[in-house]
Amino acid sequence: FFQYCLSGHPTLPCNVLKFKSTTIMLDCGLDMTSTLNFLPLPLVQSPRLSKLPGWVLKDGSTFLDKELKECSGHVFIDSVPEFCLPETELLDLSTVDVILISNYHCMMALPYITENTGFTGTVYATEPTVQIGRLLMEELVNFIERVPKAQSASMWKNKEVQRKCYTMPEVNAALSKIQLVGYSQKIELFGAVQVTPLSSGYALGSSNWIIQSHYEKVSYVSGSSLLTTHPQPMDQASLKNSDVLILTGLTQIPTANPDGMVGEFCSNLAMTVRNGGNVLVPCYPSGVIYDLLECLYQYIDSAGLSNVPFYFISPVANSSLEFSQIFAEWLCHNKQTKVYLPEPPFPHAELIQTNKLKHYPSIHGDFSNDFKQPCVVFTGHPSLRFGDVVHFMELWGKSSLNTVIFTEPDFSYLDALAPYQPLAMKCVYCPIDTRLNFIQVSKLLKEVQPLHVVCPEQYTQPPPTQSHRTDLMIDCQPPPMSYRRAEVLTLPYKRRYEKIEIMPDLADSLVPLEIKPGISLATVSAVLHTKDNKHVLQLPPKPPQPPASKKRKRVSDDVPECKSLKPLLSGSIPLDQFVQTLEKHGFSDVKVEDTGKGHIVLLQEAETLIQIEEDSTHIICDNDEPLRVKLRDLVLKFLQKF
Amino acid sequence: CPSPLSPGAGQDVGRSCILVSIAGKNVMLDCGMHMGYNDDRRFPDFSYITQNGRLTDFLDCVIISHFHLDHCGALPYFSEMVGYDGPIYMTHPTKAICPILLEDYRKITVDKKGETNFFTSQMIKDCMKKVVAVHLHQTVQVDEELEIKAYYAGHVLGAAMFQIKVGCESVVYTGDYNMTPDRHLGAAWIDKCRPDLLITESTYATTIRDSKRCRERDFLKKVHETVERGGKVLIPVFALGRAQELCILLETFWERMNLKAPIYFSTGLTEKANHYYKLFITWTNQKIRKTFVQRNMFEFKHIKAFDRAFADNPGPMVVFATPGMLHAGQSLQIFRKWAGNEKNMVIMPGYCVQGTVGHKILSGQRKLEMEGRQILEVKMQVEYMSFSAHADAKGIMQLIRQAEPRNVLLVHGEAKKMEFLKQKIEQEFHVSCYMPANGETTTILTNPSIPVDISLGLLKRETAIGLLPDAKKPKLMHGTLMMKDNSFRLVSPEQALKELGLTEHQLRFTCRVHIQDPRKEHETVLRVYNHLKGQDYSVQHLPDGSITVESILIQATAHSEDQGTKVLLVSWTYQDEELGSYLTSLLKKGLPQSTS
Repeated sequence: FFQYCLSGHPTLPCNVLKFKSTTIMLDCGLDMTSTLNFLPLPLVQSPRLSKLPGWVLKDGSTFLDKELKECSGHVFIDSVPEFCLPETELLDLSTVDVILISNYHCMMALPYITENTGFTGTVYATEPTVQIGRLLMEELVNFIERVPKAQSASMWKNKEVQRKCYTMPEVNAALSKIQLVGYSQKIELFGAVQVTPLSSGYALGSSNWIIQSHYEKVSYVSGSSLLTTHPQPMDQASLKNSDVLILTGLTQIPTANPDGMVGEFCSNLAMTVRNGGNVLVPCYPSGVIYDLLECLYQYIDSAGLSNVPFYFISPVANSSLEFSQIFAEWLCHNKQTKVYLPEPPFPHAELIQTNKLKHYPSIHGDFSNDFKQPCVVFTGHPSLRFGDVVHFMELWGKSSLNTVIFTEPDFSYLDALAPYQPLAMKCVYCPIDTRLNFIQVSKLLKEVQPLHVVCPEQYTQPPPTQSHRTDLMIDCQPPPMSYRRAEVLTLPYKRRYEKIEIMPDLADSLVPLEIKPGISLATVSAVLHTKDNKHVLQLPPKPPQPPASKKRKRVSDDVPECKSLKPLLSGSIPLDQFVQTLEKHGFSDVKVEDTGKGHIVLLQEAETLIQIEEDSTHIICDNDEPLRVKLRDLVLKFLQKF
Repeated sequence: CPSPLSPGAGQDVGRSCILVSIAGKNVMLDCGMHMGYNDDRRFPDFSYITQNGRLTDFLDCVIISHFHLDHCGALPYFSEMVGYDGPIYMTHPTKAICPILLEDYRKITVDKKGETNFFTSQMIKDCMKKVVAVHLHQTVQVDEELEIKAYYAGHVLGAAMFQIKVGCESVVYTGDYNMTPDRHLGAAWIDKCRPDLLITESTYATTIRDSKRCRERDFLKKVHETVERGGKVLIPVFALGRAQELCILLETFWERMNLKAPIYFSTGLTEKANHYYKLFITWTNQKIRKTFVQRNMFEFKHIKAFDRAFADNPGPMVVFATPGMLHAGQSLQIFRKWAGNEKNMVIMPGYCVQGTVGHKILSGQRKLEMEGRQILEVKMQVEYMSFSAHADAKGIMQLIRQAEPRNVLLVHGEAKKMEFLKQKIEQEFHVSCYMPANGETTTILTNPSIPVDISLGLLKRETAIGLLPDAKKPKLMHGTLMMKDNSFRLVSPEQALKELGLTEHQLRFTCRVHIQDPRKEHETVLRVYNHLKGQDYSVQHLPDGSITVESILIQATAHSEDQGTKVLLVSWTYQDEELGSYLTSLLKKGLPQSTS
């Protein structure tokens, strides 16, 4: 049992588990932080970004000045942005049998894994995960492709781990390999392993996975939440009795309380709008945005914001809002019951109906006609390197009336802002990360009690910037096994049993004996068949009747070696009863001697001696087979067979 | 052994309620009402289930396959009036829609007809509190042994087939299903789960229906012709299900032909019904699911809400009205108004239960006795179009092929047709097929193999010993099966002893073999050694002068009285008895003359 660790990013994991001769990839997250090194891709020609000076090395050499530009005191790559892929050297991707996806954020590298790699396996994910994952990929591809960049820099690179964005045909091909699954659905893999997704409470359709055989259980916990937001609550009980629990996707901002952040978000938004400024919320097109819209739905009237337009701009804005309303079965109880009325589970339906929330595929087209200020704009991408958000940063950055509020925790907001400095616009950082924090983790681990915990190395030490906070790490016994990118771990298992089936006719032939109250035993001699990792015990074939002819030898060739094996014996011989039995069977001259450790029974005429002790019996006689067999059977009467 | 008892659905379509006992667990499948009766006979006779004792104690769970009243109509009566507090399982859409249809039916029966001894609104609510919603393919653990799993059945929104499993015994109950996708639902699907018993509906046991397209064209033609000549078309439907399919059909036709005649849908349930379809769009067919963001198929442009007053409007119109069998409510009211005019038409798009007006007119009756001895003469055209989404004979065979059951049981159909299908199934699949009457119990014996835990040590030891070049050759294994509190473990005999805290009792034999040999003892030993080592065993000559053959020990001593005779002591344990016994008899024959 091995785990290959292909990603070093704790919230965008990619691990491969070798478990009972199956190769299972757990998630394939795409690390997009690399895009922060690139210049933003403006939707509208930006005079500022197009006239940046080339970067000159200290020694004056300029061979990189076409590719690297200086902007706001930092150096950026002037090129189509590239992403950091999971490690692909560690194992042959064509050997991966299945990929299990835990949530839509953790599948963004899927086309890189399944396309042009020889991958022939199956991907398992829930329906919301696939649908929303598709929207995220579609948005990403759209953002990158609609701003064709003349150059694709390559000189700055020193390693080939970064790759350009995939295309829609690749996305469609990758998604076609997905098989939809439901929570608590048991999926059999090759008869050897069963995998089951469980609700993880983090996002629509997000799941943790149980990977188990009859006797080993690995729990894969990735991106889970105990907070009550829109998704179905986390299923904790099913994680119990795990041999190994792989723990990834904890909160990236362990010190921030999501509820407090939402409060701050609302008050900053209201203050800016009241002062006549605009609010920009860089975000993903699905997820926390649903919760923010719901908060605003409850908040805007009391805050006097009823006349402020809310714009949601994304190529997939409409789809995301529509899809959110049709996955009632994957939502928390409150939202589920709304559907029974029947009402849409999310109140943003009402915001749209009353024209308070409007959605557009991009800033071009209808939006430019409808656009009224002051307003609130939700748009992507949270890295501020591509998407419509780049336009609003350029447009609103110079006025201190405006505010950009960061809610997504995936990118450092200071790094994201770097190419836009100096900024007059206010910047508010309200990261909302509902995933487990360390207090919740330790409670969870106490509750489900796995034998071993495996986690990324980042979780085994305090964050580098807060080295005194020893509470911001996983604390459990035995201490967790940690992994880092490109490492192979051997997982600790102690397997003792395997499942085997006893065929009905064999079962009928067994003779169970009650040895102790409540415990019965039966000796089994049977033929073992093993096929497709399943073991079956059958009645041994009857020994062939010796044919009349002398060709005996040949017949036995086909029969398995049915050498009848003698059972083990247990118990002790009660002396008096044994002597009585001997006498009953015609031994009239029995003499008994005491030896201290036991007794010796002498049969004088037969010149036979039987040593009887607590745990042994020794029959010493002349070479008289009938006599020996007779004595043996008398002894066996007093013993139990195993 | 699963043994289904059917207090409801036997050979008469109308009321589904089946009791299955499987490996000691009792599960009730559906709890339907018979639409043809207005008295006690409309509910299943639950005294079949348990004469005395509470239903909650006897039943482990209740499963409802879909929201049609002939499958769930008796549920509040059963749970609140007879008394059942255990879990009731159904899918999310069924849970959402079922209480609305129940309330609708209650209103017609109690408020309009003034019947008593019927469940109340509060009872419907209390009953629904006992419902646990299940996802498709989710394995629901009812208790430690009993698990159920839902499969997509088509038929109506949220309809499901259920697998009921205890240990390695299982039953699949189909409810109503259809094996061909229609305009709004997908086709039923099940994996090769090989149940011991498949309980399948057989409403259309002998029909092999012509292609869907033909029927649709036929339907549209008839509606169009009637409207063209200024007639009115009444389509009695249930609010949810066929109604939506026919609405989609007419909507697209009206759009294409640019027709102006109004289409109405009797109010109340309609709008709500379409909302359910929008919110549960993941349960519809692939095409609708794929395009719903751009165009939601359940937002109709041409179909308007119906008002009672419209029935008297002059000119052509099409009206969808509930209920579907013309046994009560708005559809019956409109029917009475329009029946006298031969320009009008009523299209029955589904099956009608015996006793209903729908059934009467379909069987050719044209003079109906209504309430108050009034005679209604039916002059309007009566058309029957099978749009109800049941599997036909081909579909039933297809499902059997998918699931590969060991036995099949037919319910919800007519005896004659079922008999025909039964023969066909037995012929093609070589499985037993049953068709019990109402209240009859069928017992099916299963012969399951028994899963046990085998210690890995034993399994590895056995596979290691048995690992011949020909791995396919069966291997014989020896072990001890330990049975304790329903847990079965196969371990090595040594481990069994150890776990029970017992010590082994060693039984040893030592036989004296007398041999004529005047030579020194060690020379005798050497001769014995040479004699035995030619055999197929591992033979060793030890420094202390003894010989071992495998685990059998041989020592030589001089005879106390006769120097020319040596005594060989051959000693072995009970476990090596065969070899020990064989060696003594071999040595008894004497040693060959020394060749050295």
